Amino acid sequence: MDTLETIIRLVWLVGAAAFVLGLHRMNSPATARNGNLLSAGGMALAILGTVVLIVTGRAGAVSSVAWPIIGAGVVVGGGLGLFAARTVKMTAMPQLVSLFNAVGGGAAALIAIDDYLRVAGSGATLPLETTVATVLDVLIGCVTFTGSLVASGKLQGLISGKPIVIRGGRIVTGAVALIAVLGAAFLFASNVSVPVLALIIAAGLIFGVTMVLPIGGADMPVVISLLNSFTGTAVAMAGFVIDNPVLIIAGALVGASGAILTKLMADAMNRSVINIVAGGFGGGEGTTGALAGGPGGSVREIGPDDAAIQLAYASSVIIVPGYGLAVAQAQHAVRELAELLESRGVDVKYAIHPVAGRMPGHMNVLLAEANVPYPQLKEMDEVNPEFERADVALVVGANDVTNPAARSNPGSPIYGMPILDVDKAKSIIVIKRSMGRGYAGIDNELYTNPKTGMLFADAKDGLASLVAAVKAV
Amino acid sequence: MNPELLSAVTIFVLAILVGFEVISKVPSTLHTPLMSGANAIHGIVLVGTMLIAAGADNPLSQALSFVAVAFATMNVVGGYVVTDRMLQMFKRRPTAPAKPKAEG
Repeated sequence: MDTLETIIRLVWLVGAAAFVLGLHRMNSPATARNGNLLSAGGMALAILGTVVLIVTGRAGAVSSVAWPIIGAGVVVGGGLGLFAARTVKMTAMPQLVSLFNAVGGGAAALIAIDDYLRVAGSGATLPLETTVATVLDVLIGCVTFTGSLVASGKLQGLISGKPIVIRGGRIVTGAVALIAVLGAAFLFASNVSVPVLALIIAAGLIFGVTMVLPIGGADMPVVISLLNSFTGTAVAMAGFVIDNPVLIIAGALVGASGAILTKLMADAMNRSVINIVAGGFGGGEGTTGALAGGPGGSVREIGPDDAAIQLAYASSVIIVPGYGLAVAQAQHAVRELAELLESRGVDVKYAIHPVAGRMPGHMNVLLAEANVPYPQLKEMDEVNPEFERADVALVVGANDVTNPAARSNPGSPIYGMPILDVDKAKSIIVIKRSMGRGYAGIDNELYTNPKTGMLFADAKDGLASLVAAVKAV
Repeated sequence: MNPELLSAVTIFVLAILVGFEVISKVPSTLHTPLMSGANAIHGIVLVGTMLIAAGADNPLSQALSFVAVAFATMNVVGGYVVTDRMLQMFKRRPTAPAKPKAEG
């Protein structure tokens, strides 16, 4: 290793350190943006170092078409990524993250595939550790690739968000898993075989589809987080295959982060990751559960004018935004209403459930986009004691996270899930399109509570009518 | 186990532990940007794809490495830009926080 290569390796180390420090700075909203830029700077350094490594011939013989290939790939991929990231609506962001995750996993798998083909073509044998890393990289990368595409398609509505259960689907999943294990065992026994690797690739691609298809749309955030962790692991394995430390470090970092995040998200929904991947409720079939109060209670409908009077003369209002608000893109409308109420001297807060929206923290992003001041956003533990003192709780497009059955009814599928104590407010207004059920597919006894008034409308239209009505009060 | 593999495994294990520690302290409000930021970081795979592209000496390998470079660049560029867009929104308003503006 000469001086220049030593410098490049140190530059890679600086890049890896920037990733760690950048992630650390994402701990707090004040330094998060800065942290992301630091991480991007580390990335730029690592890539620059790699360019120098290739230009100076230290990465082995460089073919004449190498630079056109790299240049074209960077232009095409970078252009698409930049365009998509710039133009995507904030509500559609989770599926875009999933898409970026898919291509990352695909790239990691391609590295090992290419390396393997090269070795197989030269007739050489591979040491066991390289074969293990190759098989893991290819398997995990392929599962991530198709799995993330399916997850993205589900969130985008290209594929039904309902769990899709194909007859014999489990048998297919089991069969491809068995094929993958047998293929891996065959390759580990120091056989070099391209057809067997192709079989493993196919098994991984199919497994990704059959793993995600039966999972309901509500669980997609957890699945995307899990697949994000998978991609990190695949990238680390690619680092082992081509013997590159910066891939190993960054991949392992992301693998660990994704795993933690996945567990946090699953905990917030009182579910285990295994439960989700194995396919649980999430789709609403056959899980009506035994309702404690029975479905007999009647629903009180309320008009925008009555609701506006309650809001305008309240001294404290807590807004509970949910998935419906995200779908209707009503974040600006809700901020307008909140500002209007504040100008009348009403104390307004937002209660954010950890899984409100489509991903943890998604609701914060949406509301921040609408310029809602960050200090008004209250997390669940912080805001729950305040519901008792609130005059009005305004629920906009949230359902399961407000269902008191999670506290009171051990027979309910969501029993034990942490919820917002909306029912403790002095009065409750729910903006909802219909009496349809939430993702968990169960009735919400909050709606039959005598304190609750139901304003049946799309989140955006409902809020707009409330704004008009409050102005007229 | 040769020394190179041993040090690679050491790095791998320590990096996992660092990842757990760094991330477990992030508040839930930042989870989505964090996931997106972590997603951008595994775009480091671009370094690997450039290296395989440099040595690609047959059409199949060249085609594979082109796709790999394009995928990885999309991951890096898109990942950082979308994360920055999210985080940009967490800026506090320059005016006094949580106070109504003078109107009506």
